[in-house]
Amino acid sequence: MIVAIASGKGGTGKTTFAVNLARSLEQPPQLLDCDVEAPNAHLYLRPRILGAEAAGILVPRVDAVRCTLCGDCAELCRYHALAVLRTGVMVFPELCHGCGGCALVCPEGAITEELRPIGVVEWGVAGDIELVTGRLDIGEAQAPPLIRAVKAKARGDRLVVVDAPPGTSCPTIAAIQGSDFVLLVTEPTPFGLNDLALAVETVRALGLPFAVAVNRAGSGDDRVHEFCAAQGIEILAELPDDRRIAEVSARGRILVDELDHVRPVFGALARRLVELGDRRPPTLAAAGGSRAEGRR
Amino acid sequence: MSAPAGGVLPLAAAQADAALVRELVVISGKGGTGKTSVVASFAVLAGNAVLADCDVDAADLHLVVEPEVLERHVFTAGHRAVVRAPDCAACGECLEWCRFDALVTPDGSAVPEVDPIACEGCGVCAALCPLHAIDLEPRVCGEWFVSATRCGPMVHARLGIAAENSGKLVSVVRAEARRAAARSGRGLVLIDGPPGIGCPVIAAVTGATAVLLVTEPSVSGEHDVERALALARHFGLPVAVAVNRWDLCPEGAERIEAHARAHGAEIAGRIRYDPTVTAAQLAARSTVELGGGAADDIRAVWNHVAARWLRGGGHGGGGSAGPGGAGTGHAFESVSTITASPLCVAVR
Repeated sequence: MIVAIASGKGGTGKTTFAVNLARSLEQPPQLLDCDVEAPNAHLYLRPRILGAEAAGILVPRVDAVRCTLCGDCAELCRYHALAVLRTGVMVFPELCHGCGGCALVCPEGAITEELRPIGVVEWGVAGDIELVTGRLDIGEAQAPPLIRAVKAKARGDRLVVVDAPPGTSCPTIAAIQGSDFVLLVTEPTPFGLNDLALAVETVRALGLPFAVAVNRAGSGDDRVHEFCAAQGIEILAELPDDRRIAEVSARGRILVDELDHVRPVFGALARRLVELGDRRPPTLAAAGGSRAEGRR
Repeated sequence: MSAPAGGVLPLAAAQADAALVRELVVISGKGGTGKTSVVASFAVLAGNAVLADCDVDAADLHLVVEPEVLERHVFTAGHRAVVRAPDCAACGECLEWCRFDALVTPDGSAVPEVDPIACEGCGVCAALCPLHAIDLEPRVCGEWFVSATRCGPMVHARLGIAAENSGKLVSVVRAEARRAAARSGRGLVLIDGPPGIGCPVIAAVTGATAVLLVTEPSVSGEHDVERALALARHFGLPVAVAVNRWDLCPEGAERIEAHARAHGAEIAGRIRYDPTVTAAQLAARSTVELGGGAADDIRAVWNHVAARWLRGGGHGGGGSAGPGGAGTGHAFESVSTITASPLCVAVR
């Protein structure tokens, strides 16, 4: 079973929930940090790193000897990643989405593909928890190929927790697609509510079962609870607004290891998620990366 | 494609050059550090800016400044494949070619359908289908708006659910905000940026006048602001850092500031932890409109940033950078010389 922790708004506590949930599960899970632009789970889990590999996008390489400058490749490419000049074909790798179309249409077979790294996938262990982290290189624009490379490491024999990036666009979709359940973390503020409503629309568009967790409960007003009640959305956990929690978290420590009153919150959440998982048949499909991305 | 709102424009506005407009972008790396609360306060303090909400995935600035929408525009970008079922022979070749697993065969059907969320719009299937049974259609990815607020004009957007091309939409919002500034004779665009360091953030910062990084003194905030700082430096932009809720972990705030200084950023100030920030949000007001400790701190940050990058030269913009308030709260010694020439942007 794959449980994704997501949110519309950033900074609502996705990583806090992912890490503390991972620590509270009876069977140690695998945690996939798919917030590749701002990966943070390792700061709390402090894993022993066991390995790493580059991940990226397959981009064209044109063999100048075979190329007849016919222009078929550039005509096909919708991202303007190839330009045919009088002297040869110029490739703009950072514009390429790795669709492979240019290699398919080249009548001379002059185009091969090579991996352009955009980041790293790193894995390690923190106690019984296995952590896989994706880290996007600075200046790279496309996060989804790297997110899919992280998800390709998902194991079928363990509960998998996905720490997703904030938002509702392609990186978030790439992270939560193929999950069996999504937990949307929010806070009881106007910003939290606005972005929760967007996140709910997103998971509904994807047809994924989901529930809500409220962080900093008591800090704002009742509108998030009213929204969930009106929409028939279950609130699976509430973490109180508490300066001690903020301080322990700020220092990179794990709440359930240090704060007695927090432990039952995540214990109950862990049991409930396992229960939900037992009720539905495991669908591990779509966990793998799509073929546009290479790994080495 | 967009007609100016309202029709009649002041002469000076018509002559203003959008290229001279200054742009201050607020980003953070990590989400939820207080970008939007800071930008809303800056909007009030500036008094003469255009607002651009470039967090197009999860825009929140409108909740504070309550825009009255004057113009609505559809945002179209990229393409999406559509199979014309009657013309399809179900040869299945497109399923082989598609690298995004966007062509699917629903139960019992040999004729593929396109999963619009997975489709990247690359057009490989349409180009190679032996029967030319696949079309590419332009994709509607969202909407953008030009609005009026109590703090001035605002350009904002809403990306469609599960839509792509957020970076392009950010570019549209920025360009329209510059145009709105030129039209209204305002010299400054305040940009509320998205979290992260990927395509929408790159679209929000490239070519801006300066970047303000708002972060918090947590291990996550520290880690992510280092990446955001590296991104800003990668694009050669002047950067200042403000640590929000600094008193939750003073030693973390110091570490962040030391790192920032060592990597060519200025320290614009610190903002204390203050429940007024949430209270302001609940009241649909900016923090400075409610007052209090955090409001004083935000004012000091604004004075620093405005003096450094947003005043002098230019044309009628930047101007009134907020009433007094400097020196209150936790304004820290500035690395920069505020008296330096207005051309300091270029000097950096």
